[in-house]
Amino acid sequence: MIPENVMNEPSWYELSARARINGLLDAGSFNEILGPQDRVMSPHLAFFDLPPAFDDGIIIGRGMIDGRPVAVAAQEGQFMGGTFAEVSGAKLVGLLRAVAKSAGTPQAVSSVFLLLDTGGVRLQEANAGEMAVSETIRAILDVRHKGVPVIALIGGRAGAFGGGGLVTACCSHIVISEQGRISVSGPEVIETNKGVGEFDSKDRALVWRVTGGRSRVLLGGADSYVKGDISSFRKAAAHARNSVPTLSLETLEHEQERLEQRLSAFGDCRDTPEIWTRIGLPNPAGIADLTEDEFIHLLAKEEVRHDAR
Amino acid sequence: MEKFTIQAQAKTTLGGKSPHALTGVVASGNLEILFERKEAPLTVTVEVMTASHGYKPVWEAVIKDFVERASPGGMHIAIHDNGARPDTVLLRLMQGARLMETQS
Repeated sequence: MIPENVMNEPSWYELSARARINGLLDAGSFNEILGPQDRVMSPHLAFFDLPPAFDDGIIIGRGMIDGRPVAVAAQEGQFMGGTFAEVSGAKLVGLLRAVAKSAGTPQAVSSVFLLLDTGGVRLQEANAGEMAVSETIRAILDVRHKGVPVIALIGGRAGAFGGGGLVTACCSHIVISEQGRISVSGPEVIETNKGVGEFDSKDRALVWRVTGGRSRVLLGGADSYVKGDISSFRKAAAHARNSVPTLSLETLEHEQERLEQRLSAFGDCRDTPEIWTRIGLPNPAGIADLTEDEFIHLLAKEEVRHDAR
Repeated sequence: MEKFTIQAQAKTTLGGKSPHALTGVVASGNLEILFERKEAPLTVTVEVMTASHGYKPVWEAVIKDFVERASPGGMHIAIHDNGARPDTVLLRLMQGARLMETQS
């Protein structure tokens, strides 16, 4: 018998992209753009003898959170690793450009939510995928420049790797759960290129210690930490709009300075407990073993180490 | 990849007003199914696209079973399969029919 609190709090990590959108937005408020019945699919996968997806693994549209109009894009991490590709990328870029264009008009949205769940570029259509990542970054910056926050919600199975890590870092605000991971080169990529001595991708504890939600939020690579259930993500999403710095040269200079300081302070560390020791966290080797409530308490006691991005 | 279409006749038209519904994901051992209300009242058309070769007789058996159980007349059903087992296929078909009946 599944306990009632688990039944009532479905996990972000376990859910499909569509179920995440339904849990995030006000009930019945989602209007999908280019839905499955429009069959806007990858023209490339058939050459590789691979079945396509009706939505090419990304769902875009508009809806409401607490009655506020928002735009949403969600990657389906289980289809082709949630990858950036020609069609999925065009859907995402199109949504972002429409948001930028509508800023200041009656059709404007208050925020954009990116439910990223991706291993990066889809290798079967890699050139188009790389272009899609670049265009997405450009479009995110344009949206932010218009004063609309772009908020990343990270807690899916595929994490946010490769171009997805870059896209995440360009958002105004990043919400992450313990299961979420953010990085550019994924663990397998590092191991393949630099050897198992550099990074053992099969060591899941190591992977999460380095790329996982707790480390990312402690180091300032994410802004908010939530428990992994869908209602915690929804609460954080409803709240996130209030704490977004404007995108300006000054903001970016602060971020650059913060990252330089971080590199000089921790650049020689081999694993995250060494960093936690240096910054004086209690029980540096046991961060991963804290309960969610204990970790959230620890975060609240620690000062926020950045406010730039 | 193998593609084929299976036609069947249902005893009744599937209830509900939903014009379309999607269930499942093209993940390993899983499949996605798009239901659309666009066939003649008792006709059922199933378009299958599957990564696994040589299982057409199994698909025919599962779909026959599904048509008997759910009587999904009027449905155009398109499937993208990535190696789902027959029990998963039947489960998703039943989920899709249910969504068509209950979703507004």
